[in-house]
Amino acid sequence: MKDYEVTIGLEVHAELKTNTKCFCSCKNEFGGEPNTHCCPVCVGMPGALPVINKKAVELTIKAGLCMGCDINDIAVFERKNYFYPDLSKAYQISQLVRPICLHGGVKLDSGKFIRLNRIHLEEDAGKLVHKSETVGTLIDYNRGGVPLIEMVSEPDMSSPEEALEFLGKLRENLIYADIAECKMQEGGMRCDVNVSIREKGQKEYGTKVEMKNINSFKAVERAIKFEVERQKDILENGGTVRQETRRWDDVLGESSSMRSKEDSKDYRYFPDPDILAIEIPRENVEKIRKELPLLPVERKEKYMGEFGLSLYDTNLLLSEKVYSNFFDECVKLYNKPKSIVNWIQSQVLSLIKDEEEKEIKISASNLTKIIEMLEKKEISQQDSRTLFAKCWEEDIDAKEFAKSSGMLSTLSENELEKIMDEVISENPKACEDFKTTPDKVMPFFIGQVMKKTKGKANSEVVRKYFTEKLK
Amino acid sequence: MYLTKLGVLETAKLIHEKKVSCEEVVKAYLKNIEARKSLNAVIEVFEDALSEAKKVDEKIKNNEPLKELEGVPMIIKDNILIKGKKAGCASKFMQNFVAPYDATVIKKLRDAGVIFLGRANMDEFAMGSSTEKSCYGICHNALDESRVPGGSSGGSASAVAANLACATLGSDTGGSIRQPASYNGVYGIKPTYGRVSRFGLIAFASSLDQIGPLTKNLEDSAKLLEIISGKDSNDMTSSKEKVEDFSKFDMKKTYKFGICDEVEEKMKNIVTKPVYDSIMKRLEEKGCEFVHFSIKDFNLCLPIYYVLSTAEATSNLGRFDGVKYTVRSANAKDVNEIYLKSRSEGFGEEVKRRILLGSYVLSSGYFDAYYNKAKKLQQRLTKQLTEVFNSCDAVLLPTTPNVAFKIGSKGDNPVDMYLEDIFTTIANITGVPAISIPCGKGENDLPLGLQVLTNKFEEKKLYSVASYIDALLKGENA
Repeated sequence: MKDYEVTIGLEVHAELKTNTKCFCSCKNEFGGEPNTHCCPVCVGMPGALPVINKKAVELTIKAGLCMGCDINDIAVFERKNYFYPDLSKAYQISQLVRPICLHGGVKLDSGKFIRLNRIHLEEDAGKLVHKSETVGTLIDYNRGGVPLIEMVSEPDMSSPEEALEFLGKLRENLIYADIAECKMQEGGMRCDVNVSIREKGQKEYGTKVEMKNINSFKAVERAIKFEVERQKDILENGGTVRQETRRWDDVLGESSSMRSKEDSKDYRYFPDPDILAIEIPRENVEKIRKELPLLPVERKEKYMGEFGLSLYDTNLLLSEKVYSNFFDECVKLYNKPKSIVNWIQSQVLSLIKDEEEKEIKISASNLTKIIEMLEKKEISQQDSRTLFAKCWEEDIDAKEFAKSSGMLSTLSENELEKIMDEVISENPKACEDFKTTPDKVMPFFIGQVMKKTKGKANSEVVRKYFTEKLK
Repeated sequence: MYLTKLGVLETAKLIHEKKVSCEEVVKAYLKNIEARKSLNAVIEVFEDALSEAKKVDEKIKNNEPLKELEGVPMIIKDNILIKGKKAGCASKFMQNFVAPYDATVIKKLRDAGVIFLGRANMDEFAMGSSTEKSCYGICHNALDESRVPGGSSGGSASAVAANLACATLGSDTGGSIRQPASYNGVYGIKPTYGRVSRFGLIAFASSLDQIGPLTKNLEDSAKLLEIISGKDSNDMTSSKEKVEDFSKFDMKKTYKFGICDEVEEKMKNIVTKPVYDSIMKRLEEKGCEFVHFSIKDFNLCLPIYYVLSTAEATSNLGRFDGVKYTVRSANAKDVNEIYLKSRSEGFGEEVKRRILLGSYVLSSGYFDAYYNKAKKLQQRLTKQLTEVFNSCDAVLLPTTPNVAFKIGSKGDNPVDMYLEDIFTTIANITGVPAISIPCGKGENDLPLGLQVLTNKFEEKKLYSVASYIDALLKGENA
């Protein structure tokens, strides 16, 4: 078999996190009873007109800034005309000639830069619901008019792994910047993949095949692998790859032809006369740029550089926005990054059961208070765990609870040492026995100290003190 | 029946001064509609019109505060949505569609107290100049039933001329208010693009469409336009430009009028020329000046219009697909057949012709040659025309080359019909306001119209100039 190079380009759609739809004031919300988030505009009623949602434009600009794009001064919306029952107006409002964002791209961990061609704003279509034979197919327009951004890459990826990493980075940025939730299982992020192969050393790209209907990261990888093999087989057998659009079937694990280039649709794009061109003033762009949160790549630098965390710990924190944000909040309150990440890893993560909703049920303030009390030896290791569990269950103040439940030692270290020294000088016999049978004598010492301190001593501290002193 | 001869403001005054009840007014109009049924101008009379009239009388009886046009009956073109009423663009494809919301203009008229009497006949989807292409049948000219009322707002114009309502609303994409107004001897204005919200107007060509009133006099036209104008948060193309008191006409002694060389050239071969010449003479005698100017691209108006309007129409009419709102073909077996058969059976010939033309000009490979070129020419033409207004108050030109033509006389060649628009499309393409006022009689004593154009958003000036000419023609300010 000859040596082939793979060329991959992605077109990634993500639903924007706006309250309302792109061109009307209906709720932008997943699910709901069919056709309940609808109005004359988004069901394409005769006479209805679109009005652009400014928030959607802002979020698109924000996405562009996260990916290093240039933002156009003037954005134009165009009509993409085609017939399908889920498309209420028989055209989709999209952008062709003047999208909101141009160029930009994302750097992979290897240092390779994957260029973007553009990011544009458009509206989503409704959904067909196939019922029984007698009922037939029904249409739910709840999703119709939901704002989507389409991020189009240049054909810069050369393996499924690179494609996945690129996709992952886009997704991370969108989530971290609060632009989109990218819930793949709800169709919040979808992907079309363009794949071609060519013999190593060949200058021109091979014939490109587009694959649609890819709804998970895993499917992206499988679809690309399948397509690369399919094209290799064709070339190895002396055939030529046909330029076409194929539909990926994730259940069957294979793709099938949808249409060839000859049957490709003519969308008859033209500027939407109902929507005036949108002017994007520079100062608005700069304002959005200033308000951008730290993106994963920047956080990574900070965690490993400034905080000295390991790559493992850093990746763990960055694996979910909630972890990273929680960590950042904790560090602001108590500047011991390493202790905090240890607690997050060992305690917090073990209590997060729900894979969907990664909810941290303890406040940053409580967690840092617990860590601080422990590190100041004001509470025992064991009490710190109990306190953590308590704070996870209920919204209480960790310090107050530690005090009221007697976990918190109110003795100063000096006072406690004085008392412990008293116990030693008052009990020479026990001190002698301790050298041979420490386990038997220790409870006696602890008991004595507790008696003198009315139970306010930290048994851990006491144990440690006697062990070291009488060694 | 003197009652039904009255316009909007006069009728409102009579009702509000309790000289006549609203019920009497509405009954008189309903009687006229019945008497002139053969016109086929009104395709549906609303059942609740009379009960609405009684409510107004009740209010008057109880001395409740009245709105400006409380109790004034109007008829609305069949492409403007009135909540709960059918709206179908006179298309059999849309005959079952009931509007789920009020168009912005309807909301505004409702808020002003207007009563809606019924729906006016029109050319299917506003495509035509004769109102012969309606699924409800041919509409007739109110002054000569053997002739067309013009179109596409033929029903609206015929209804005003035959006194079937105080006034009507029409829509104008290439002349669809002004040409029928001219043919029926009434007043019809196409406002500045963006002056009136298009929300709730079933779109033909979104960048050219405007709604406007057809009336028995100028004062009514100005008042109704004042009411329906203004920025609408539901229509991004509606303008924030201030809505002035259009109905307070400035009274100037003379005006400076612009006359386009290319229009003069065309008029050389037109039989109605003497009528217009005599108007110019009378204006000159009053001391008005004339500025002659050339608009080199004037002859490109029709091609520009037909490229842009059909391109937009083909996209706007995509939603009528047999899947929803429209009548689904009984013969459709799958989704492709729903589209193909429903649209083939549902749309009339003229609509299909324009959908095809529009698809062609937008198709890949032809887009630059047609659509983009037309857009560029549109900009050039707009610049040429708007510069003219630096040296004159208003431009004058005929509304149509001749009086209303005979029904069926322009059936064979669609281009003959398209030539009806040679004087009207320029206002749509350039976005400026244009009014047609009755200005004399042509062949068989049938009315002719004169168009007055001003610069964008100069409706106040437009009405002042129009009232000056109107009074002169009526011999009032001799």
